[in-house]
Amino acid sequence: MTQNSASKLLNGDTLHRTKQDKKAGGNGFVKNHCLFQQQQKRYRRPAEKSHHASRTLLYKKTFVESFEETPLLVAVLTYMGYGILTIFGYLRDFLRDWKLEKCHLAREREEQKDFVPLYQDFENFYTRNLYMRIRDNWNRPIRSVPGAKMDLVERVTPDYNWTFEHTGKVLKDVINMGSYNYLGFAENTGTCADTASECTEKYGVGVCSTRQELGNIDKHEELEKLAARFLGVESSMVFGMGFATNSMNIPALMEKGCLILSDELNHASLVLGARLSGATIRVFKHNNMQSLEKLLRDAMVHGQPRTHRPWKKILILVEGIYSMEGSIVRLPEIIALKKKYKAYLYLDEAHSIGALGPRGRGVVDYFGLDPCDVDIMMGTFTKSFGAAGGYIGGKKELVDYLRLHSHSAVYATSMSPPITQQIITSMKCIMGEDGTTLGQERLCQLSENTTYFRRRLHEMGFIIYGNNDSPVVPLMLYMPAKIGAFGREMLKRNIGTVVVGFPATPIIESRARFCVSAAHTREMLDTALNAISEVGDLLQLKYSRKNRRGSEGTDCFSYLESHLD
Amino acid sequence: MKTFINLYKHTHTHTHTHTHTHIVMSGSSTRPRLMKHAHAQSRDSVKMAAGQQWVLVEMVQAFYEAPAYHLILEGILILWIIRLLFSKTYKLQERSDLTEKEKEELIEEWQPEPLVPPVSKDHPSLNYDVVTGPPSHKIIVNGKECINFASFNFLGLLDSERVKLKALLSLKKYGVGTCGPRGFYGTFDVHLELEERLAKFMRTEEAIIYSYGFATIASAIPAYSKRGDIIFVDEAACFSIQKGLQASRSFVKHFKHNDMEDLERLLKEQEIEDQKNPRKARVIRRFIVVEGLYINTADICPLPDLVKLKYKYKVRIFLEESMSFGVLGEHGRGVTEHFGVNIDDIDLISANMENALASIGGFCCGRSFVIDHQRLSGQGYCFSASLPPMLASAAIEALNIMEEDPGIFRVLQDKCKHVHKALQGTPGLKVVGEPLAPALHLQLENSTGSRTNDLKLLRAIVDYSMDRQIALTLARYLEKEERFLPPPSIRVVVTVEQTQEEIERAAQCIREAAVKILK
Repeated sequence: MTQNSASKLLNGDTLHRTKQDKKAGGNGFVKNHCLFQQQQKRYRRPAEKSHHASRTLLYKKTFVESFEETPLLVAVLTYMGYGILTIFGYLRDFLRDWKLEKCHLAREREEQKDFVPLYQDFENFYTRNLYMRIRDNWNRPIRSVPGAKMDLVERVTPDYNWTFEHTGKVLKDVINMGSYNYLGFAENTGTCADTASECTEKYGVGVCSTRQELGNIDKHEELEKLAARFLGVESSMVFGMGFATNSMNIPALMEKGCLILSDELNHASLVLGARLSGATIRVFKHNNMQSLEKLLRDAMVHGQPRTHRPWKKILILVEGIYSMEGSIVRLPEIIALKKKYKAYLYLDEAHSIGALGPRGRGVVDYFGLDPCDVDIMMGTFTKSFGAAGGYIGGKKELVDYLRLHSHSAVYATSMSPPITQQIITSMKCIMGEDGTTLGQERLCQLSENTTYFRRRLHEMGFIIYGNNDSPVVPLMLYMPAKIGAFGREMLKRNIGTVVVGFPATPIIESRARFCVSAAHTREMLDTALNAISEVGDLLQLKYSRKNRRGSEGTDCFSYLESHLD
Repeated sequence: MKTFINLYKHTHTHTHTHTHTHIVMSGSSTRPRLMKHAHAQSRDSVKMAAGQQWVLVEMVQAFYEAPAYHLILEGILILWIIRLLFSKTYKLQERSDLTEKEKEELIEEWQPEPLVPPVSKDHPSLNYDVVTGPPSHKIIVNGKECINFASFNFLGLLDSERVKLKALLSLKKYGVGTCGPRGFYGTFDVHLELEERLAKFMRTEEAIIYSYGFATIASAIPAYSKRGDIIFVDEAACFSIQKGLQASRSFVKHFKHNDMEDLERLLKEQEIEDQKNPRKARVIRRFIVVEGLYINTADICPLPDLVKLKYKYKVRIFLEESMSFGVLGEHGRGVTEHFGVNIDDIDLISANMENALASIGGFCCGRSFVIDHQRLSGQGYCFSASLPPMLASAAIEALNIMEEDPGIFRVLQDKCKHVHKALQGTPGLKVVGEPLAPALHLQLENSTGSRTNDLKLLRAIVDYSMDRQIALTLARYLEKEERFLPPPSIRVVVTVEQTQEEIERAAQCIREAAVKILK
């Protein structure tokens, strides 16, 4: 509830979000037993940093992740912005109630007016009064490949975003900074598309049965073998939908009496899966190892609530790259913790598979770790592979168990054959098994593009979140009015971006998000960067105070570094 | 004297953490009022303020009229609360008197259960049957060509050249994946077209598509029904409905399969309950969730009776039509058309596009008032990548075929009746399901008493048929997860492509197998 309790868990220089912590170590935590020590000093310059040996040695290269704090003035103005919007929201609702303003909302049927209302009034307050003002920034229909450039259908609204009409015109060649097309496999030409069309001709698009019945097609088996090889695990299983891979498999693994430790910023599918499993869920601070370790220790010491029986098993749920923060999971530390406390690890690589690591094998590859240390490797094919669906990889026993008990294998239609083929071809390309170096080139290109794009944005003075190597680049907008303005101004400059606000982010941390792709050329990135800079000046988005302080300031504050030396 | 203070505290030290604490203090108030505050942002405040009137002026007036001692008292109270907020918080529950050494020992001693229990290598379901090539009318299972009596390809659209052609054209235009959720450049013009076409086909105001059939109803239910709401659901409801119910965290009441009296009993009970606490009853939403044609029992829900109950007890109806969409009714609109029920009387219809339409994904349709809500609240819609455009195009073309030739439904219904009749009198097996159902169940007449043995017998019949080129399948369930586990059965699926002769052959084959294996 209070700031104190929130920041107690966060600590020292490892924590991005807090700079001051007066009561570090004041929570009865005895240090020498913990794997990752808590820092006691409030803030230290990097030169003075003394890292605990066990933790720094875990990283083979620098791990730079930045979450510059919100400037106070900006925070105050943001709250004021929301305040004004809320006041106007009430005013408008009042006018609508008194029929002084036309209400565009769909109404309940006359016959059902006396039913219990389907929605409570307040439920849609936010949608009606805040989201509706900037609704044009989302769901923009596209009519081409979601590649580096895309064609958008032009929409106009005669009634302030309540309805949209298509003018019939097309916005051609909009630079796409929004799609999760990390390796540029969203293509309609080339081997992927060719093999997928051959597959369509042969198999058709549907399957009309489940894996356990008669929906287990040879293509699925081929993909599963390939995916296991790609991931470096014993066995793997694929599913028709990424979201469902999480929500339908976690319940098969965990049950009542088990404990799930989940990162606070985990994706909705993980949260749903955890909830459906019936296990107890505890949440740790985003990417915060002290918080995780504390929960693990508490779980060991206290056991289950009330009965104090020991937990049956403990599962740590994390993602590889967090799609709204652009941060990369601190996997080496998590693996160390998981080994020490004998917990299991479920790693969701929805965004990181293909997008990270020198060989595109995701976050495990990025840190140079052994995939066997991760008990459950999960990921999706939607992003880097330009397809759809998800996989789970791991030990043979795990996958065999899922073959029998996964909700998806028993009740859901299996993956469409052409989609399966697209994944096979793109995966082979990344692995270099197609006999070319195209896959490797894409990986290099993505990594180059990411570094360039992040560096340039940083130089321009924007506050950008996340890890330096993450292709997901959130740029902070903060104020609600700027969400809409940024999206629209960028579209005017022929650049399609994603803007997000509450409830996808904390209320004051509205942001724009760019997803860098291997398909972006340097020229496209420069065009985009220039436009971003222009809009940034127009909307006064260059909040970062690091630049103003010059080089001295760049590496202080929330930059956290773990060096090998 | 009315006083009401709504205090928002914004802590802004240098930390990034922000709080908006919200304290409501009411003195000797008879009618609580809310002061609209510039910072009223949290959901709770919205909730609180919604029903209240705008009384800022009166608020200020009351403030002036209040006696001094009152103001001083409240001032002290505020200061005290601020102090409480800043003071250290204790978690009583987690205090333990263990020493560090004891803790270490506990950590050392603890051994987790294995991540998954061991699976025996020869579990009958572990080795899936492998289908080589398309699972269409002629299907190659484990290297043997069979006639397909197992895939839900009711209308035979899976290998329709027209559908394939449209899918290919779409692939040429859009590529395969969408690389994003609907909100973030994952909405393609074909998605909008498909939604429009589905709405038109079903004669509803709006439709919304999901990228996975299973996720459709499982996301739709929790979008409306929340904690505290009540859902009346048929015992035979399929697994995705069960998951939707679980995700909604609502209060679930099961009624006996297709038993309207039992449902009415529950509704009456609820009515009595409501009279006890009418204020609470005014905010509890109620839903009846049923399937049009049950996948687990192959029979049709008594929809007209349900509609009557709906208006009598003011409950909304959610209808799952995965099996009946594209099957029942003159134009394949499903169970509403079958019974001639006004589709507007059903609050929400959901179906998947993986059976009759032979594509992938699912949709919900109904009035805009209902459906539109899912665009921000349907988890499987908002947080998942959208349907690959080629699959949407395939579904559009399948709809075209259905619209152009409604005769196809007649053919299917005749075939269903034919199969139903042909399977009657199989020794030792009983046919479960209505003559109109395209997916029937064959159950053992006399169970051996053990599920495993029953399954073994049925499996033997399936294998026997498979050897004679009739592809059947056991209906699969997660035995521990199903709330009401249906008895073991063989599923026989009817499609328009099966000829008279093939149906006779299949029936003959099953009969032979039954005689041989069950005797």
